[in-house]
Amino acid sequence: MSPTVIAITLFVLALIIGIAIIGRVPTTLHTPLMSGANSIHGVVLIGVIIVAGHINSPSSAIIIFLASFFGTLNVVGGYVVTDRMLEMFKPKKSQEIDSDTKITTEPISISVEVITQEAQKKGNK
Amino acid sequence: MNSKTNTSFLINFLDKNLETISWGLYVVAAVLFIQGLRLMNSPKTARKGNKVSIIGMLLAVFVALFTTGYNKFETAVGLYAVLAGGIIGIVLGVLLGKNTKMTSMPQLVSLFNTVGGGAAALVAINDIINPAIQSFPKSGQAHGFVEVGTGVYNNTVLTFTPDNLAMIGKIDHVALITAILGIFIGCITFTGSLIAAGKLQGILSGNAIKMPGCIIINILCIVGALITGIMIFTNALHLKLFPEIVKLFPEIVHSIPLWKLVLLFAGFALVLGIAFVLPIGGADMPVVISVLNACTGTAVAMTGFVINNVVMIVAGALVGAAGAILSQLMAKAMNRSLVSVLVGGFGNSTKISDADSGFSQQLKETSADDLAIQMIYAKKVIIAPGYGLAVAGAQHEIAELTNLLEEKGVEVQFAIHPVAGRMPGHMNVLLAEASIPYEKLLDLDDANSQLIQADVALVVGANDVTNPAARRKGSSISGMPILNVDEAKNVTVIKRGQGKGYAGIENELYGLPQTSMLYGDAKKMVAEVVLAIKEL
Repeated sequence: MSPTVIAITLFVLALIIGIAIIGRVPTTLHTPLMSGANSIHGVVLIGVIIVAGHINSPSSAIIIFLASFFGTLNVVGGYVVTDRMLEMFKPKKSQEIDSDTKITTEPISISVEVITQEAQKKGNK
Repeated sequence: MNSKTNTSFLINFLDKNLETISWGLYVVAAVLFIQGLRLMNSPKTARKGNKVSIIGMLLAVFVALFTTGYNKFETAVGLYAVLAGGIIGIVLGVLLGKNTKMTSMPQLVSLFNTVGGGAAALVAINDIINPAIQSFPKSGQAHGFVEVGTGVYNNTVLTFTPDNLAMIGKIDHVALITAILGIFIGCITFTGSLIAAGKLQGILSGNAIKMPGCIIINILCIVGALITGIMIFTNALHLKLFPEIVKLFPEIVHSIPLWKLVLLFAGFALVLGIAFVLPIGGADMPVVISVLNACTGTAVAMTGFVINNVVMIVAGALVGAAGAILSQLMAKAMNRSLVSVLVGGFGNSTKISDADSGFSQQLKETSADDLAIQMIYAKKVIIAPGYGLAVAGAQHEIAELTNLLEEKGVEVQFAIHPVAGRMPGHMNVLLAEASIPYEKLLDLDDANSQLIQADVALVVGANDVTNPAARRKGSSISGMPILNVDEAKNVTVIKRGQGKGYAGIENELYGLPQTSMLYGDAKKMVAEVVLAIKEL
């Protein structure tokens, strides 16, 4: 099978996955989602790097330089901004307890362990 | 001895399998992107999702650098160009990302979209005008739209000779078409997003800019792009496709070098991007950014086709789907078809409504102290924020007000219209910045069922999304779902001045007997209300 046919198949399947996943995102997260998706299309940087391996004229060196600048700006800026937005999406309580971004169930399970450990200690005494 | 054989074994192994290994790692990166977007479904896991997606990106970049480096950059210039551009990009990206105010997020996202589209277009341009035989030298397998042949394309100017025609042999038509499409979409996104960012930043007028010749410019650009696009296609293919046509004008077709054609083509697409966004009003910018975001994704996927890279195809398609769905949701929230948004702003239909709403409304003004008293003795207060809140940057004052009222036992909720602000979820981000828990934010349907029970509805810098005129016929916003703020017992509107909203029509809410107006900057007025409550 030709690479093109495989590529088109991949494209169509990825579109379907994208629709299935994104259709369920709540409105609250639409801006961060847009920003996050925005940084993902910075993968164009991979194309820039691959093409840079085969530079054969001054004009393409300039094009690659510009493309690399654009691509990295897209990736880095996009991720920094998305992270800044999402940092604020924390329920009030967990923000006070734990500034780390681990899943909220973790502190609960830890605290259960702590309680049981303490209970055991008391029992031992 | 052992280490020597080991390394030679490793090199041997890599020589044989590098392509397969890198392909596999690209697939892993693509899966990480999918997983990252999936985790963004819930506010709890969203940040983790973004991090998963960052890991995917780092992996993909590492693999690309490694494979390209392993196969040796043909010239060191290539490596330097990538590194130099990359370093500038990283520094600027971190600076912009860290220091931009939350209220300016939409234009920043639009700006990042601009450069993303630009990068995709540039890679595609490079692939057509400098079509190095992009083969892995060691495996000898080509990728790119040229499948076999060596060195013929090193000249930027392609000349038609029977010799190189014979040497070129097979050419991948689909890859060439996708490269042309990649340039087209990428260029439209580049200027389109730039204009959108300019409008949001206030550098350009947010109003729908109507140029008399706009349609003519559009048609000229589309026709021009079509002609140059076909010429690129036939030129790069050495005219195998339309020999009859070429025979009619051999001098013209042969005399234009490929790079000139490509620049001309890109130029048409760039102008088209400007002509596409300029006539759209600022209120529709969220939809436009979303559409352009989808476009960049598609352009990246197209570029991925050209160099046959799995992660670019998958990620591009994902983003394309995301942007498309978001745009549709946005348009639906405004009860307009996506097409009507993209064809032009509210400007066309406002004439009708101006005529029928010619009555002058009796407006009642109130003071911060009165509002403070009214809210303290309320059981339930619902705040409807809008773009005015974002402009004034009043989210922290609003949060303080919320806390004060809750201390006094008043239930406070927020009614978020899907298109309040300038981006989907714009209000949510702002309120989250002021650490207002997202459970307090009601979407349109929930808000409307709660508003009936509300004692006080406080509208902060929102206009068109609260206009009851949308519920009757004959207004330019007829049929648009709105927040039924008028169903609350008392309504107070904090508003900068007596101007109209983006739709350019009077808000009938303001004339209702239960409504009073509080004129002033949202941040200042809310701070005054907070002060008044504290003094009570």
